Amino acid sequence: MSIGIVSAAYIAATILFILSLGGLSGQESAKRAVWYGIAGMALAVGATVFGPGIGHAAVLLLMVAIGAIVGAYVAGKVEMTQMPQLVAALHSFVGLAAVFIGLNADLELGRVLAAKAAGGGLDHFTGFAAKVAAKDAVELSMLKVELFLGVFIGAVTFTGSVVAFGKLAGRIDGKPKKLPGGHLLNAGAAALAVLLLLVFFATGGMWALLLMTLVAFFIGWHLIMGIGGADMPVVVSMLNSYSGWAAAAIGFTLGNDLLIVTGALVGSSGAILSYIMCKAMNRSFISVILGGFGGTGGPAQEISGEMVAIDAEGVAAALNDADSVIIVPGYGMAVAQAQQSVSELTRKLRAAGKTVRFGIHPVAGRLPGHMNVLLAEAKVPYDIVLEMDEINDDFPSTDVSIVIGSNDIVNPAAQEDPNSPIAGMPVLEVWKSKLVIVMKRGQGTGYSGIENPLFYKENTRMYYGDAKKSLDELLPKIG
Amino acid sequence: MKIGSPKEITAGEARVAMTPDSAVQLKKLGYDCVIETGAGAAAGFSDAAYEAAGVEVVKTAAALWKAADIVAKVRPPEEVEAKRLRHGQTLISFFYPGQNERLLELTRDQGANVIAMDMVPRISRAQKMDALSSMANIAGYRAVVEAANNFGRFFTGQVTAAGKVPPAKVLVVGAGVAGLAAIGTATSLGAIVYAFDVRPEVAEQIESMGANFVFLEFEQSQDSAATGGYAAPSSPEFREKQLAKFRELAPEMDIVITTALIPGRPAPKLWLEDMVALMKPGSVVVDLAAERGGNCDLTVADEKIVSANGVTVVGYTDFPSRMAAQSSTLYATNIRHMMTDLTPKKDGVPVHNMDDDVIRGATVTFEGAITFPPPPPKVQAIAAAKPKPKPKELSPEEKRAAELAAFRKATRSQVTLLAVGTLVMLLIGSVAPSDFMSHFIVFALACFVGFQVIWNVSHALHTPLMAVTNAISGIVILGALLQIGSGSGLVVVLAAVAVLIASINIVGGFLVTRRMLAMFQKS
Repeated sequence: MSIGIVSAAYIAATILFILSLGGLSGQESAKRAVWYGIAGMALAVGATVFGPGIGHAAVLLLMVAIGAIVGAYVAGKVEMTQMPQLVAALHSFVGLAAVFIGLNADLELGRVLAAKAAGGGLDHFTGFAAKVAAKDAVELSMLKVELFLGVFIGAVTFTGSVVAFGKLAGRIDGKPKKLPGGHLLNAGAAALAVLLLLVFFATGGMWALLLMTLVAFFIGWHLIMGIGGADMPVVVSMLNSYSGWAAAAIGFTLGNDLLIVTGALVGSSGAILSYIMCKAMNRSFISVILGGFGGTGGPAQEISGEMVAIDAEGVAAALNDADSVIIVPGYGMAVAQAQQSVSELTRKLRAAGKTVRFGIHPVAGRLPGHMNVLLAEAKVPYDIVLEMDEINDDFPSTDVSIVIGSNDIVNPAAQEDPNSPIAGMPVLEVWKSKLVIVMKRGQGTGYSGIENPLFYKENTRMYYGDAKKSLDELLPKIG
Repeated sequence: MKIGSPKEITAGEARVAMTPDSAVQLKKLGYDCVIETGAGAAAGFSDAAYEAAGVEVVKTAAALWKAADIVAKVRPPEEVEAKRLRHGQTLISFFYPGQNERLLELTRDQGANVIAMDMVPRISRAQKMDALSSMANIAGYRAVVEAANNFGRFFTGQVTAAGKVPPAKVLVVGAGVAGLAAIGTATSLGAIVYAFDVRPEVAEQIESMGANFVFLEFEQSQDSAATGGYAAPSSPEFREKQLAKFRELAPEMDIVITTALIPGRPAPKLWLEDMVALMKPGSVVVDLAAERGGNCDLTVADEKIVSANGVTVVGYTDFPSRMAAQSSTLYATNIRHMMTDLTPKKDGVPVHNMDDDVIRGATVTFEGAITFPPPPPKVQAIAAAKPKPKPKELSPEEKRAAELAAFRKATRSQVTLLAVGTLVMLLIGSVAPSDFMSHFIVFALACFVGFQVIWNVSHALHTPLMAVTNAISGIVILGALLQIGSGSGLVVVLAAVAVLIASINIVGGFLVTRRMLAMFQKS
């Protein structure tokens, strides 16, 4: 295959990727959009494999085959509640691959330079090395910067994603943790990396690159260790963005436009998701990265009243009397694996002629759109699953709101208490409905440790227990 | 410990303080239950039903008072009952300590601890044991039923083949719990209901029950938050205005239900003799305040009388007892909630925690001392009414100006951004090699396209978006593919590993996206 045909294939693949992302604007067009993505990827990989400068076809095929089998197995087996972990794990792969490719580029560069210094012919180089051999001095120094950057971003993405995976899978404690020195340590490490870049640029020593890789590994690890809990959606989308930038940097290194374009698409997608998540929590991106909630402006408002508990019979009676119900799920629903029971409840209530809708806060769960996927898995029709802005005005005309395992996203303090750490964060106004039933494991506070005045409101009833068990107890009593 | 309920000895009292249902719940708190034979008979609970719920039935009142460590009753104890109290025994009942000083001293002398159900403070935490409210609710309902019973016409308006029937007009004075219950009952029977209360903030509650609030133009109105949600006596000027309003309404009203009570005082006289005289013959006045002297001049406690002009005035004082099954159930539940608060460990041993607002407020004698009246509760019953600031309405001009300013601001920030971006590009372009610049242009364009496209992705599909971008970022495989043909062994190995993990990414990412999207279904 000639370079011309490969380029044409790359252009087609680029367009297909853009269509694929664009298609996600609606549930129906999205089903088609995946196929665009798959076709684009097949085209890109196919054109590269059959294009010029490829060797070791046997190794290559074997690796692709193994990778495909593992990928298919994982994709088929993963639970929808485990999606955040899976996404984080996949990000780490991209990061690691970027590190390897960057290191390779440096190795090839070294070989070419050695051959040049020996005065030998450069014709025996194939593949990427041949491309390097054709570069002049300015281009070579540019290449160094590019590959350095690629390895740096890749390394941060790798360890960051591994930590995020560990936290989401519950293998590492989800609480924010920092080494003594905190962010100064990160800043110091970043400064060291810049220093190493200068050294690498001047001497071309491989050790500088490797040392920087270790430093970047540390930054990724320490940065994400310092963030936890409800900030995880931002972390995951941020890592998503990084993995894109890593691919783009590698694209620059290799002079491959398709890599650049795709990396930029993914990078900007992740950046926008992070932005949306931050906005939904009314926090700046910087404050999320720096971890933890900032200091408050004064003492929190006193909460008066008492949590009133309710049992399954009470909940059932309230639901049987209600005409309109809004369900607000949160991470607790995912933890308890209660989505099937929620779906069954929805089905029963709808069969009884009641209006049932779902209100989804943008940061509910541990991944952007997490709740939507869980509800879709449980066969809740997506046209009754609404966004916060679509449903917030409807709470005053709603008979019963059910809050399942969410806390901060329904906290009225965000609106009522200017001293609250989450003041100004957009929240679902469940307390405006006639009755609020809060399903919760115990009396504790949420991730942020902020008291929730909702639980003490007069129209709120607490239905304690594991969400799934409570719902299963409730189901036979409905109807 | 044992909880026991004797048969009420006050004449005409049909209620009982323990039901088979409440006994089951009390047992869960670790108590044994005992009841006097026939105690629930008047309320429709047989001895057999109690026995089935595991309650011990004893033959005489004396045996019961002896057996029980805690006695739960409805009415305040009669003297003979009070004398049966022994040291350390706990009595829970209505007590009205303000009016029953002698009884209070008697129980103290007996050494008993008395919890007065009528003294439970009105805070939201204590609502579940607020027996006054549960009884008032029943009284309000029953008042309408009694009124209907004595009223010779329909409540609801009808147009029948035999002629038109106008709807009855009902006036409810005092919109407390009883008043609101009466409003609800009367409206559901189809009457046109008017309601009056001295507290203007209850207007909303009145209207929510479907009645019309009788509005009184008067400057100084009460904020009931200061008096724990109860009404306070009003000034003479206000009273005059109020009575004038009633006089104006009297000829129209078919039914008048008065529920006005002020804590610790005789009931205010609100429906005077001349108002009754103004009413149509056949009309009915039900006075729920009869026990405390009545709101109506003509009221005779415990009796129904007919005025000279044919208006029936009902002055019964035992409305809850007239619906003994219902009121016993609710009262027994109130008692059970009180016991729940008294037994935090659920081990059948009451802990009389005098630091608890609710328990402290309700306890009138404790360990040989009179503890009435209680200190004011720590928690305010109802938040003081706040003046509501009105959001400023923007005029159309102001709105347009604001929009224009926002548009200008957006334009300015966009132009600044573009200018800065161009400048940065120029700077990079002045130093970078041309090869790099051509790639950089592609990069910048791709970022721009990405931003435009991703904003349109719907919120619900953010997880599939992440999965698909994940798969697509597996495009780094191309880098590894280009390097795998290298002559260096190390490069080949590293590239091979990169190919492997990138393929996992690609296949895994796409397949899981497909799986997710297939789940999204329309109803």
